[in-house]
Amino acid sequence: MSKTLIIAEHDAHELNPSTAKCASCAAAIGQDYDVVVLGSGIDNIAGQAAAIDGVGTVHAIDAEHLASPLAANHAAEVCAMAEGYSHILGPSTTFGKDLMPRIAALLGVNQVSDIAAVTGPHDFKRPIYAGNAIVDVQPPQEVAVVATVRVASWPSAADGGDAAIEARAANATPCGHTRYVSLQSGGGERPDLQSANRVISGGRALASEENFELIYKLADLIGAGAGASRAAVDAGYVPNDLQVGQTGKIIAPDLYVAFGISGAIQHITGIKDAGTIVAVNKDADAPIFEIADIGLVGDLFTVIPEMMQLLE
Amino acid sequence: MRILVGIKRVVDYNVRIRVKPDGSGVDTDGVKMSINPFDEIGLEEALRIREAGRAEEVVVVSVGGDECQQQLRTGLAMGADRAIQVSTADSLQPLSLARVFLKLVEKEQPGLVILGKQAIDGDNSQTGQMLAALWDRPQATFASGLDLTGDTATVIREVDAGLETIEVDLPAVITVDLRLNEPRFVKLPDIMKAKRKPLDVIALDELGVSAENDIQVTQHTSPPQREKGILVEDAAQLVTELKNRGLV
Repeated sequence: MSKTLIIAEHDAHELNPSTAKCASCAAAIGQDYDVVVLGSGIDNIAGQAAAIDGVGTVHAIDAEHLASPLAANHAAEVCAMAEGYSHILGPSTTFGKDLMPRIAALLGVNQVSDIAAVTGPHDFKRPIYAGNAIVDVQPPQEVAVVATVRVASWPSAADGGDAAIEARAANATPCGHTRYVSLQSGGGERPDLQSANRVISGGRALASEENFELIYKLADLIGAGAGASRAAVDAGYVPNDLQVGQTGKIIAPDLYVAFGISGAIQHITGIKDAGTIVAVNKDADAPIFEIADIGLVGDLFTVIPEMMQLLE
Repeated sequence: MRILVGIKRVVDYNVRIRVKPDGSGVDTDGVKMSINPFDEIGLEEALRIREAGRAEEVVVVSVGGDECQQQLRTGLAMGADRAIQVSTADSLQPLSLARVFLKLVEKEQPGLVILGKQAIDGDNSQTGQMLAALWDRPQATFASGLDLTGDTATVIREVDAGLETIEVDLPAVITVDLRLNEPRFVKLPDIMKAKRKPLDVIALDELGVSAENDIQVTQHTSPPQREKGILVEDAAQLVTELKNRGLV
């Protein structure tokens, strides 16, 4: 029987929202779907995965060598349990992009990257050229489909599931050749960019790390995530995990407000699924005004404080 | 140590992409072609490693028709020692590309294979990870920092949660991200010199790899365009508009 397996993403404390988005994609494929959680000390995560609506079984593989998300270890475990699954899905986050191709190669198949829409169990739409073209792709039916799910294209599956949790022993030999050292996390307590309903973003025009506080303050005032253009990250104003765009995060909040971002095509790629795009820029000719739903030609250093006064 | 660097010929990142009216692909007639920008960063890193005395030879590899020799020559002009074109008229999907690189790895015995984290045409981001899997060696993807000590590489990876550091034993596959370095400009004398550097052509079937493109691509379409919106005069109007739309 055809069945889908979703690889859960988590940070050992919380299930990443990308997993519930993969579940929506799995539901669109139209087969039963299970989730596998790999990690160490993951009872809590497995419980969260079991609460996603429509999940059949949560497989929990708890082993010390799976504590950090090293693709070589995780891919070997997934391949050891892949039999019986016609589709294996992971999110198109850096976690999934790192892991899923390794699984695909071990199973001897090409991967379908960034599923944006499902038109049949073996018929998908995906963006290429930074989203400037969409292709219809059909992977072969006689082998497993390994794919990443473009998380910005999918809603989160609802809660309310009550899946069975089955513990499984780790099967593969831990690899000795790759060692996890550390994670330096840039983000604070603000909502996760890839699942935030609102995002306030700043560009090069902020001109310094200190000035970026303006973006953070406005974001905190309305409970938004904070983002940035590549230029602002390259200039060192903000850490890399704030970058929105083709090579940063692809996001789809209900509201995206861009301050001092000109709107390079690589940045637009990251936001064009947003519900409402607002642009504030001194330059009336900035390309971002071509796609903004609401534009304001003005100086962000006066606009932001005024907005905060009105919103407080 | 030898370093293999993959470089792909792609539509230049500044070109506005147009889907052909019949949906058979994107228009590449008369369009500027370049080295995939991530691959260029990969090559720059390899050259810096050689210049620091940690590698003896940098070999650039491209898979495709004779037109990709143009990008290989650019790679040689940047400073690569020699080039290999794996010649095929087909456009290979990532698994076949990974198999090609595995054959070259067996032949060339590199300590590092450096690739871009993705090509900006297909946006697949698969080949490096697949090569590492088939080779049964470490992968360090999305690298923004790379430090070699003995037979180990310490790699800083740009991940969604921040900067992750891992250690990998060599040989290993590294895929590189934007902030790893800024590639050098090519100087005219180097372009002349590059013409005399060796460029070997190997036919795809000589390597015993076939172009198994098992994912069918049936239709290209243009994405839906966003409509141009309204302009407001000041912060007060903006906040009113946001409130009216229920967004704040």
